[in-house]
Amino acid sequence: MKVWKTILAAAVLTFAVGSSAWAARTDLVIGIPLEPPHLDPTAGAAAAIREVTYANVFEGLTRIGPSSEVLPDLAESWTVSDDGKVYTFKLHTGVKFHDGSDFTADDVKFSLDRARAENSVNAQKQLFAAIDKVEVVDPATLKVTLTHPQGSFLYNMGWGDAVIVSPKSADTNKEKPIGTGPFKFDSWAKGTSIKLVKSDHYWGAPVFLDKVEFRIVPDAAAYAPALLSGDIQAFPFFDPDSVAQVKDDPRFKVVVGATEGETILAMNNKQPPFDKLQVRQAISYALDRKAIIDGASAGLGLPIGSHMSPTNKYYVDLTGRYPHDVAKAKELLKEAGLENGFKATLKLPPPSYARLGGEIIASELREVGIDLEIIPVEWAQWLDQVFTKKDYDLTIVSHTEPNDIDIYSRKGYYFNYDNPAFDKVIADVELTADEAKRKELYAQAQKILADDAVVGFLYELPKVGVWDAKLQGLWENAPIPANDLTKVKWTD
Amino acid sequence: MTAYLLKRLVIAAITLVVASMVVFAVLEVLPGDPARLMLGMNASADQVALLRNQMGLDAPLILRYLHWVGGLVTLDFGRSYTYSVPVIDLVRERLVVSLPLALMALTLSTAIAIPVGLFAASRQGRAGDAIAMGTAQLGVAVPNFWFALMLIYLFAVWLRLVPAGGFPGWSAGAWPALKALLLPAVALALPQAAILARVTRSALIEVMNEDYIRTARAKGLPYRAVLWRHALRNAMIPVLTILGLQFAFLLAGTIIIENVFYLPGLGRLVFQAITQRDLIVVESVVMLLVAAVIIVNLLVDMSYALADPRLRGRQ
Repeated sequence: MKVWKTILAAAVLTFAVGSSAWAARTDLVIGIPLEPPHLDPTAGAAAAIREVTYANVFEGLTRIGPSSEVLPDLAESWTVSDDGKVYTFKLHTGVKFHDGSDFTADDVKFSLDRARAENSVNAQKQLFAAIDKVEVVDPATLKVTLTHPQGSFLYNMGWGDAVIVSPKSADTNKEKPIGTGPFKFDSWAKGTSIKLVKSDHYWGAPVFLDKVEFRIVPDAAAYAPALLSGDIQAFPFFDPDSVAQVKDDPRFKVVVGATEGETILAMNNKQPPFDKLQVRQAISYALDRKAIIDGASAGLGLPIGSHMSPTNKYYVDLTGRYPHDVAKAKELLKEAGLENGFKATLKLPPPSYARLGGEIIASELREVGIDLEIIPVEWAQWLDQVFTKKDYDLTIVSHTEPNDIDIYSRKGYYFNYDNPAFDKVIADVELTADEAKRKELYAQAQKILADDAVVGFLYELPKVGVWDAKLQGLWENAPIPANDLTKVKWTD
Repeated sequence: MTAYLLKRLVIAAITLVVASMVVFAVLEVLPGDPARLMLGMNASADQVALLRNQMGLDAPLILRYLHWVGGLVTLDFGRSYTYSVPVIDLVRERLVVSLPLALMALTLSTAIAIPVGLFAASRQGRAGDAIAMGTAQLGVAVPNFWFALMLIYLFAVWLRLVPAGGFPGWSAGAWPALKALLLPAVALALPQAAILARVTRSALIEVMNEDYIRTARAKGLPYRAVLWRHALRNAMIPVLTILGLQFAFLLAGTIIIENVFYLPGLGRLVFQAITQRDLIVVESVVMLLVAAVIIVNLLVDMSYALADPRLRGRQ
C-alpha cells in the first residue's frame, strides 16, 4: 500500500512538472534605454515611441519587415496605375480597433489627411508630400492619387509615422494609444514601465505572447545585472561596451546586427576651410575607420564609404575611396594652402559613439596638423546650435532615419552642401518606380557624395541585442526603430 | 519664539520669490527648443514654429513668467510639454517613490550612525574608535554607484533575494514595493551614515570636554550615564543640521542611485526633463524642492529648540 502511494505521488509530481514544460511561457519583459515622451508615433520623432508601438499596437497600410522589405499590413493588396500616380488599396475586412470600433477605409483617409494637413505636427510630414488626394471607394477600398509618381511611396506608408488611427482616439493616443495591432495598451507607470496585453480580436496571425512589459532602464551599467537576475529577459538595444559580461553565458544570446544609423563626421561645407574640397578629402584620408570602429563601437560597426547602410539593397561599397593615408592627407592640405594646419571645433552630442569617436578623430586629425577643440553638447543644444543655426565646424552624429540619402539634397540642411548634380539624381529617384533604374541612380548618388567628401563617412551604427537564449523571433537588424513582437515566442 | 518664527517665514517667502525669478530666467536662456526636440531632424522650420505656437512657447517671456507664477500660487503647476499631462500628477507619481526612499535611507543612516558615533566617542583614541572611524572613512570615500552595483551583484544576481532594480508600484503591495527600495536605501544610507557617524563622534568629543561634563563626572556619575544623558543631547545640534541637509539631498540628489536601480524618482524626473527641455516640469519641480528645503530648514531650526531648552525662551 505504502509503495503504491509513493509511486502515485511520484507520477503526479512528474505529470505536474512535465505539464508546466509543455505550456511555453507567454510573458516577456523587455529593457529599453529611453522612456518615450508619449505613445503617439504620428506626433513625435522619438525612436522610443516606435520601439514600443510599431507593429505591436499600431499598424499601417504597409509595414517594413526585418530586412527592410515592404510587406502588406492593413492593406491586403494594391494595384498601381500605369502612370504610377494612382494607388488602389484593398483593405483587410473584419479589423477592429482596440476600443471595439470597426476599421474601414474612412479611418485610412482620416489618418493620411490628418498627417498631411496644414496644422499637422507629424514629425515626418515629407512622407506624405506627394499625396494629392485620398478617396474612399468603398469601406474596403481606398484610392490614393499622387501629384507625381513616387518610387518610395509604399515604403513611406510603412513608417511608424504613417500608421492608421481612429478619429475617435486620435487626440488621446499620446496617453492611451488605440490601434489595430495584435497587442493593446494596458498601462504606463511613468518612469518605470509600459505594459501591453494581447488583443482579444486581432485580425491577423495570432501572436504567442500574452503580456509584454517594456521596462525603462536608463543606465547601461544596470543592463547586465537585470538580465543575470532574470528581471528582464531581453535588451534589443544593448550597450556594446557591456557585452563582455554576458557573451560567454549560455543562458543568453548576443546578436549583432546593423541599424540604419550612418555615423558620420559632419562638416559645415560653407564654413572655411571646409568649403574646400581638398580639405574635406584630406580629412577623409586622415580618418582611420578601423580604429574609430574599435574604439567607439567595440569593433562591431560596419565601415561605410557613403551615406547608405551595408544592409540596404541599394548599397555600393565605397569604403576604398579614401583609405587611411596620412601622407596623402598632408599633401591635399598643402594644395589647399594649409600646410601649417589649422584649428577648428568639434561639437559632440551625448551618445558614446560621438564622445568616444570624437576623441579618436581629434587625435587622428592632429597627425595631419588639424587641431580640434572638443565641445561636448546636450541633444537640445546640438539641435539648436548645430542642426538649426548651423553654428559649427565639425560634429559627429548618427543619422538613424532609414534610406535617408536625400537629406544631402535638402535646402538649408545643416551640412550646407549644395550640388545641383546630386539634387537631380535624388529628384530622379523620387520619380522612378523601376527597380533596376532606382538601383543605378542610388549608386550614382552614393558615388557623388563620396567624391565630394561631403562628410567623413565612418560606420553603420551596430545593433547589439542580448536576450534569453530560449527567446525567438526578435529582430537582428533595425531597418527602422521598432521592437516587433508579432513573431516572438519562448521555446523550451 | 513667535517673532523668531515669523521672521523665518518672511525670509522664506522672499527666498521663494527670488528663487522663482532665478529659476525661470536661467532656464529660459538655456539653448534648445523643446518643439524641435520633439519633432526631430526631419521636421521643417514651419512645423516647429506651429508646434511652438501650440505649446504656447511663442508668448513674451514676462507673460509666461506671470502665468507660471500665477499658476504656482493656486497650486496649478501647468502641463508637461513632453508628457502633456499635469506636472502635479508627474510629481505625485515620483514622490511616492522618492519620499519613502528618502525616509528609509534617513532612518537607516541615523540608526547606524548614532550608535557608531557614540561607540567611537566613548572609546576615543582606542582600537574600537580607530576601526569604526576607519570604516566610516571608507564609507565616505567609496562612490555610492559602485557600492550600489556591488549590492546588486550580491543580493539580486547571486542570492536573488531582491530585484536588481525597477519599482513595481505600491499597487503591487507594500512588501514588493519596499523590497524594491531596500537596496537603494542601503546604498544611499551607508555613505550618509559614515558622514553622520563622524559628525556625531566629533560633536560628542567636543561636548565631553565641557566643564559641566567634568562636574557631572566629579559628582560621581558613571561615564556611560554622562555620555547618554548629558553629552548626547547637547551634541545633537550639529547632527540635526547635517540630517536636514541630508534629507534635502536624498529627495532630489539621488539621481545616480535612481539610474542604477532605474527607480522612477524625482531626481530622474528632473534629469529627464532637463535633457528634453521640458522647462515647465524643471521649473516647477525646482520650485517645489526650494520650498521643501526651506521647510526642512525651518523644522531643523525648530528642533534645535527641542534639543536645547535655552533656545525656547529666546526671541
